[in-house]
Amino acid sequence: MKGALTVLWLAFLVSIPLWMTNQYILHILIVTGIFIVAAMSLNLLLGYTGQLSLGHVAFFGIGAYASALVSLGFSVQLAPGVTLALAPNPVWCGMLAAIVVSGAFGWFIGRISFKVRGAYFVIVSISFAEVVRLVAVNWVELTQGPMALNNIPPLTLWLPGVGEHAFWKKPANYWLILGVAVVSYVLIRRLVHSRAGRAMIALRENEPLATSVGIDVTRYLVLTTVCSAAMAGAAGALYAHYVRIVDPDVFLFIYTVTMVIMVITGGKGTLAGPIVGGLIFGLLPETLRAAAIPPEAQWIVYGVLMILILYFLPAGIVPAVRQGWQRRRRDPAASPAGP
Amino acid sequence: MDQLLQHGLNALMLGGTYALLGIGLTLIFGIMRVVNFTHGELYAFGAYMMYMLVMLTGANFFVALVLAVALGVALGAAIEFVLLRKLRGADIDTTMLVMIGAWIALQNAEQLAWSGVAKSIDNPFPTAPLVIGAVSVAWNRVFVFAVALVLIAATYALINHTRLGKAMRATFQDRDTAALMGIQIGTIHTATFALGSGLAAAAGALLGPVFVAYPTMGDLAAEKAFAVVILGGLGNIAGATVGGFILALVEELGAGYISSGYRDAMGFLLIIVILAFRPTGLFAQKERIG
Repeated sequence: MKGALTVLWLAFLVSIPLWMTNQYILHILIVTGIFIVAAMSLNLLLGYTGQLSLGHVAFFGIGAYASALVSLGFSVQLAPGVTLALAPNPVWCGMLAAIVVSGAFGWFIGRISFKVRGAYFVIVSISFAEVVRLVAVNWVELTQGPMALNNIPPLTLWLPGVGEHAFWKKPANYWLILGVAVVSYVLIRRLVHSRAGRAMIALRENEPLATSVGIDVTRYLVLTTVCSAAMAGAAGALYAHYVRIVDPDVFLFIYTVTMVIMVITGGKGTLAGPIVGGLIFGLLPETLRAAAIPPEAQWIVYGVLMILILYFLPAGIVPAVRQGWQRRRRDPAASPAGP
Repeated sequence: MDQLLQHGLNALMLGGTYALLGIGLTLIFGIMRVVNFTHGELYAFGAYMMYMLVMLTGANFFVALVLAVALGVALGAAIEFVLLRKLRGADIDTTMLVMIGAWIALQNAEQLAWSGVAKSIDNPFPTAPLVIGAVSVAWNRVFVFAVALVLIAATYALINHTRLGKAMRATFQDRDTAALMGIQIGTIHTATFALGSGLAAAAGALLGPVFVAYPTMGDLAAEKAFAVVILGGLGNIAGATVGGFILALVEELGAGYISSGYRDAMGFLLIIVILAFRPTGLFAQKERIG
């Protein structure tokens, strides 16, 4: 029953580009999909280990820049006489590089920042994202600074039955993102149901207890950060090759906030949470724009909604719905005993 | 040498306002355990109130300054009353996220109300700088520094020598025992948040006329406040005061001798380095207040 529902749901998602002729809506769905992948990666850290990382956009942006730079090539003078240069590479190399580089940054940040917890950790993570943003603004030789990296090539892949295919068109990109999202979902599902996943949840629920039963807390936190960062980097790379321009604004704090809202709204620590929250907050701006509400007011709505959700649905939509279902299922059994 | 002296003087002038921002934030964290993301917006609010009062209604500069701080206190009290009162006892991440929501809403409300265009604010000080030997400083900066020092001293006096301050310190040390002794914790929280917000608004009202007022000005101010607080140790007022001056000095020297593009990165780098090597701040054995 549940399997059949999943297949139907997937079939519906796959079929969208076949009947949806409005390219703009397809574009919105693609961008939403990219953000859902990013939100799923954040959920790993925020939902399963309970660490509120407010610098997550750094990994997304590093992935975007790494992939763009590897596929465009660059030449940077590191010190007088020492030049680091790279010729343009195929885009899939860039994407792999994005995953590796973001993961490496995740390892580095995990190593230094998990010495602290709570408010301190939050502030370190924000600081990290801002430093990276300022480097992207100021290291013009590498990143072109505010002039942005332009003309990033789209992904080219050899596909069985199709041959070499460049992802120029929206339907192709849509299916690509959908594929990546499904793979990410499966990976996260496997991870959280593994031994490592149980360790993460244990340390979220009670860190001293987890330590006392022999879980190496810092090791698992760093491991989670690496996975989470690598996945966010992949989302960033997809973004770079889809919109084909990257500027330092990809590091803005507001994108981290968007990911956090998606995870919290949907339900942190649930597999479906980031997808539900991502769909709501990915499509909400368009709905508000259609209602001719100015962008500042849209953000006010965002902020107020965030507060309301934290007040009234602190666990998120998915757990609330699940609870409602269970109650309904239990009710008929309970009713004969009642008046 | 003269250049170094000049940098030192600039840092001293700037450090006063950084300390104001930091003290407000550290008080709120220390007593209420709230990471206040609206702090920067209170700073922007102070600057915009100066703009409204001085430029739109033509009020006297000094009267406007007092009013702007008073309005900041009122807004702070309102935020605490509406948003935080019900969350007492909630975990720190929840309050943090609520404050982020409030921050987004406030910042965009400012943008909606006053547009994204930067507003300059007139000030009554002579434009010729004060020259002392080889170094010089603008009169308006001297005024900002002097008022900041007065406010810092007043905050110290309030915390250390009044009944309210004693109640605040008691609440910081042990909230439950303080409540048992008859201290109204709700009132203390409102007072603390209002005081911290008032200090942030004062910093904004002082610096708004020196620079310009624009909607996202609060982000940078909040970042500096966080850096100052981390330098001094969360909840440590003396640490925040010293931290303000240290941050200003690091920024001045960084901008002067390394690269002005990375001026605003200095605060973040300080945060990362300090938390990696000395997570409780430079001065504290443990968190404390006063």
